[in-house]
Amino acid sequence: MQSKMKESDPILEVENLSASTDNLPILKGVSLTVYPGEIHAIMGRNGCGKSTLSKIIAGHPSYNITNGHIKFLGENINSLEPEERSQSGIFLGFQYPIEIPGVSNLEFLRVSTNARRKFLNKEELDTFDFEELVKEKLEIVKMDHAFLSRSVNQGFSGGEKKRNEILQMALLEPKIAILDETDSGLDIDALRIVASGIKKISNAQTGIILITHYQRLLDEIEPNYVHVMSDGQIIKTGESDLALELEKKGYEWTDNFIKET
Amino acid sequence: MVNENLVKDVVKEPYKYGFVTDIETEKIEKGLNEDIIKLISQKKEEPKFLLDFRLKAFKKWQKMKEPDWAALGYKKIDYQDIIYYSAPKQKEKISSLDEVDPKLLETFDKLGIPLTEQKKLTNVAVDAVFDSVSIATTFREELAEHGVIFCSISEAVKNHADLIEKYLGTVVPASDNYFAALNSAVFSDGSFVYIPKGVTCPMDLSSYFRINSGDSGQFERTLIIAEESSSVSYLEGCTAPMFDTNTLHAAVVELIALDDASIKYSTVQNWYAGDEEGIGGIFNFVTKRGKCLGKRSKISWSQVETGSAITWKYPSCLLLGEESVGEFYSVALTNNLQQADTGTKMIHIGPKTKSTIVSKGISAGNSKNSYRGLVKMGTKATGSRNYSQCDSMLIGDQASANTFPYIKSQQPNSEVEHEASTCRISEDQLFYLQSRGIEFEEAVSMMVSGFCRDVFNQLPMEFAAEADKLLALKLEGSVG
Repeated sequence: MQSKMKESDPILEVENLSASTDNLPILKGVSLTVYPGEIHAIMGRNGCGKSTLSKIIAGHPSYNITNGHIKFLGENINSLEPEERSQSGIFLGFQYPIEIPGVSNLEFLRVSTNARRKFLNKEELDTFDFEELVKEKLEIVKMDHAFLSRSVNQGFSGGEKKRNEILQMALLEPKIAILDETDSGLDIDALRIVASGIKKISNAQTGIILITHYQRLLDEIEPNYVHVMSDGQIIKTGESDLALELEKKGYEWTDNFIKET
Repeated sequence: MVNENLVKDVVKEPYKYGFVTDIETEKIEKGLNEDIIKLISQKKEEPKFLLDFRLKAFKKWQKMKEPDWAALGYKKIDYQDIIYYSAPKQKEKISSLDEVDPKLLETFDKLGIPLTEQKKLTNVAVDAVFDSVSIATTFREELAEHGVIFCSISEAVKNHADLIEKYLGTVVPASDNYFAALNSAVFSDGSFVYIPKGVTCPMDLSSYFRINSGDSGQFERTLIIAEESSSVSYLEGCTAPMFDTNTLHAAVVELIALDDASIKYSTVQNWYAGDEEGIGGIFNFVTKRGKCLGKRSKISWSQVETGSAITWKYPSCLLLGEESVGEFYSVALTNNLQQADTGTKMIHIGPKTKSTIVSKGISAGNSKNSYRGLVKMGTKATGSRNYSQCDSMLIGDQASANTFPYIKSQQPNSEVEHEASTCRISEDQLFYLQSRGIEFEEAVSMMVSGFCRDVFNQLPMEFAAEADKLLALKLEGSVG
């Protein structure tokens, strides 16, 4: 299905990727291609390798790629540092955003944004210009200005943390965003804000991978493709109706696919 | 793993201040005895009371034992193998900066402390001390207009003998401890500050201590007196060349604050720390103490300790005056094989006295970093309060951090509060920052300065920026 001819070049190509941590294989040959404007959803049981896949694409140092490769805009990025991947336009929205005591959220966002801007040969922003930009982006996630003066994610509620992730996505304007369970822990209102934020930020040039357990996010953001992962592999790929079917039948239903493959 | 490789790739920034100035020096022979002390006193043309002070201290020192209670391990110091007086040769009497050896001026230029009229820092007066002597003090005339005395202690002994005789040794008596006794016997130079009644010192005062020779110790002595309703902010910086031997530095600093006076004393200590194998570096044994003698007087210590192979230092406050205030804000960073045992003593004697302790220890490499602090509430310290916060940050898995808080209260109507925490820079935190485009090294330094924020906020502006950079530099390549 993904191999059908597209007009433009893919943003992300994960080809036959295997990876391990502490010599324990986690990914066992994953392939996934994302073209501009596409939204992919990845579903699957806890521990199936969804989060690992997202971390490896972002360059987490705890995992070793044992086979295959990741291409971003046609370039192999297997050996790039996480910061280089981010600067060039890969964004990972964390399932559990990390707290960083003492580091002001505003300063963190500014340094991060400037790192990306520098890569894009755009002028780096001073505190005043950044204030302007961030104000505009705060609107997208309906966050209060007061969040900026607090330490990064410290004392934030689950929903606030997730909104802070989307704020970062809005500032960094990535080519591809991988959002790892961004919907978990959100109430209905927060889910709507986050979903509409994601839609506002993405466009025909960007790609999105949503990692989720729930249909309710996919009701808000309809994916072009749904992939089901199990034991480090993508065992089934379908269109958005696959998620609905999965919601009805549960993951047990997908166990049969392993036998098929 | 990726991070480990990265760390190996990072070229370690060498110690920037490790150069030696090639200058002819006058040194006396190695060793310590009464004759040496008489010789030092004679070279400095001191009055008799001071020679007596030195000799008495020496007698006490001979009977004392080097303290071994600190969590420090080092090879025994041979006190007879040290030169106790070393000074760059120059003209007998120097009347202006033009007569100072250009090599010395160049040295301080290189250290970022220009002294000449054209280049001197505009908002801070500097006393520059090179080995055993003070080279120059800037802005003296301007300060004198306000009645502020800022000069080397040797000069103060000559020109303000009455003040020296009245106050020297009244906060840190010679018998206080082994290193204070040694300093009292052999102290060479240091700074003297006197702020008269009602005067707010018009600019920051600063001393810059430079050890240049490898075989002589530095024993500076600083005395600051703030009269009634006066205030001063004093900064201190220190560097030394890289030698593969250890150099002893044993200083004494005494502060006295009278009614409603306030003294703010900030230090950035960056003595040479030795190399990665722990060869060389300064042994830093320092006694710093302030006496809040007057009512509502205030003494505030802030320190950023990043250098020295060994640091043994407890800037303290004696809170005698009613409602007097003592503060201690400290960042101590150790890396490689450095060892630091530092903290403070807050001795509450008067009623309604208040003290605050905020200590941040960062240990990286194979280093050892201990906080040691005493809070004492005396029988008359009714209604007094202390708040202490001691946080440690570990970087890597080979470093150690200890906290030794001692609390003694003889006054039930007083409050002592102690909070402590230990944290580690986690791989997850680093990955989070990196995944937002922030370089590895910058990510570490962001987290470290975040950890130190409460202390940096207390430092004078330029100092805070400097401290931030210094920490980043020191930590380069230490996280794996």
